[in-house]
Amino acid sequence: MTTANLNIDLCGIKMSNPTVLPSGFLGTSKSLLERVAESGVGAATIKSVSFEAREGHKNPTVIPFEGGMLNAVGYSNPGAEETAREFSNLNEVSIPVIASIIGTEPDDFVRVVDKLSGNEFSAIELPLSCPHTPGFGLLAGQGTPESTGEIVSAVRKASKLPIFVKLSPNIPEIGNLAKAAENAGADAITAVNTLGPGMIINIEARKPVLSYKVGGVSGQALRPVATRCVYDIYESVKIPIIGTGGISTGRHAIEMIMAGATAIGVGTGIYDRGIDVFRKICLEMEEWMSENSYNSIDEMIGIAHE
Amino acid sequence: MNEFSAFDQPVMLKIDKIFDESNGTKSFMFRHKIDYNPGQFIMVWLPGIDEKPFAVSYLSDDFFGITVLERGNFTKLLHKMVPGDQMGIRGPFGHGYSFPDSIKNGKGSVCVIGGGCGMASVTVLIEKLQDNSPTILMGASTSTSLFFKNRYKDITLFTDDGSEGIKGYPTDILEELHDKHGYDIIYTCGPEIMMSKVFDFCKKHSIQFEASLERYMKCGIGVCGQCVCDGQMVCKDGPVFDLQALSNMSDFGKYSLLKSGKRVSLQEYADWRSC
Repeated sequence: MTTANLNIDLCGIKMSNPTVLPSGFLGTSKSLLERVAESGVGAATIKSVSFEAREGHKNPTVIPFEGGMLNAVGYSNPGAEETAREFSNLNEVSIPVIASIIGTEPDDFVRVVDKLSGNEFSAIELPLSCPHTPGFGLLAGQGTPESTGEIVSAVRKASKLPIFVKLSPNIPEIGNLAKAAENAGADAITAVNTLGPGMIINIEARKPVLSYKVGGVSGQALRPVATRCVYDIYESVKIPIIGTGGISTGRHAIEMIMAGATAIGVGTGIYDRGIDVFRKICLEMEEWMSENSYNSIDEMIGIAHE
Repeated sequence: MNEFSAFDQPVMLKIDKIFDESNGTKSFMFRHKIDYNPGQFIMVWLPGIDEKPFAVSYLSDDFFGITVLERGNFTKLLHKMVPGDQMGIRGPFGHGYSFPDSIKNGKGSVCVIGGGCGMASVTVLIEKLQDNSPTILMGASTSTSLFFKNRYKDITLFTDDGSEGIKGYPTDILEELHDKHGYDIIYTCGPEIMMSKVFDFCKKHSIQFEASLERYMKCGIGVCGQCVCDGQMVCKDGPVFDLQALSNMSDFGKYSLLKSGKRVSLQEYADWRSC
């Protein structure tokens, strides 16, 4: 039995394994990126950055439930200039790092891209799909083919880096939206952002638990939806997909790859299994692949479509 | 896998009793069992308002309490509450203080240093260390800010302005106390500038050291990265860290993150926290 090889090439980015830290999880500082790198992640995304600093929503902003997690952090971030400072000398981090960039109008995205142009990011991710922050994502109407196309085109002109577009699972014709992103120059699709928004009410307090009342659903509850979205997108576009949503085991990861993903995001899985979740998933993938005679990730991408 | 438990989400608990500790500090007692190790924290939720971390300052088999200094809007609202009112509690979270073999079964010499509100984090620890008869040092800015001063028989008090106890800081007499007692471990919770002085002292004298750090927290469960201190998540890896861990945390005693995630000096952070 040979050891399976987990290496992938994502838009020219060489990764030692397909796991990716999604935006919003631990990506607040370079020191934490190093920590997740030590925990075996293949690439990491920083916490989404807007041009101006944002405090985000009040606490509680994150709340676990039986099927995963509900969050409405509200894009707290120190702004583009501070982010450029925090993530300087990224070559000191041993993994590729993806910059997640947010804005309201296409120009806002470009201004952040310009501020970060001196940093050594490996790719830019555009989450045009947040379900719970006014002025951004779905609440700014960015989940349409027209708006997605405009923002991606603007960023395409401003940067030579690979562009990943992160889509919402709420979009019924998600394949069409992915196609619009591809046509505008996106290099990969990240699917998916959180679902919803959803709500959890504490019945004794008679109030929603999140201070923003509603928040995006991640984790187990999202996984079958995410897998279906990746399956649909795979049929619509040629560019690679980073499948994200509820993955916390090697079996989940392989399922997502079979649906069509090249790489897989793991966020809420950190809560389920600790920061070592990346290494655990890789070991489980290697074991399963060896037992089932797969040598590489490439051999499994999209095979559920055959 | 994490087992989802009732306390992963806030559980509404009725305040059983409230009493004044000092000028501007009150304790809130709940008749409820909590599985808590000293040094851990709980998140306190005022529905529709906000949620903040607190240490448990009173602990028994069937009740626990928290001690709160009135400082900002949230604590002002807490201070207006009366027995029978409810607040949401989730947790406890994080890693608390540890008890090395050198001080097991009442052996070994221990010192506990509390500064200001940090005293609330070390009370349950002091009670657990009773067999060791620890040296207890408590500092505050002024006499009216000292609390728990009558809770322990042997306690040495300090105030910055000399209005009660010794004028100065607990760190002023550490050398002399260590010469006398030969401490195996020093525990501390208080202003980080003070804790960092104790850290330097322990490093110099090869004394084991544990400190409880304070950072602005959001999730409390180690996923959001808001409370990062040099690659460590204070909510999950801490809030208590030992000498070895702190030796690798260059932000300790120097930097902290504002709510936006901006990394600033501890002074700027403290100014923001106090408003």
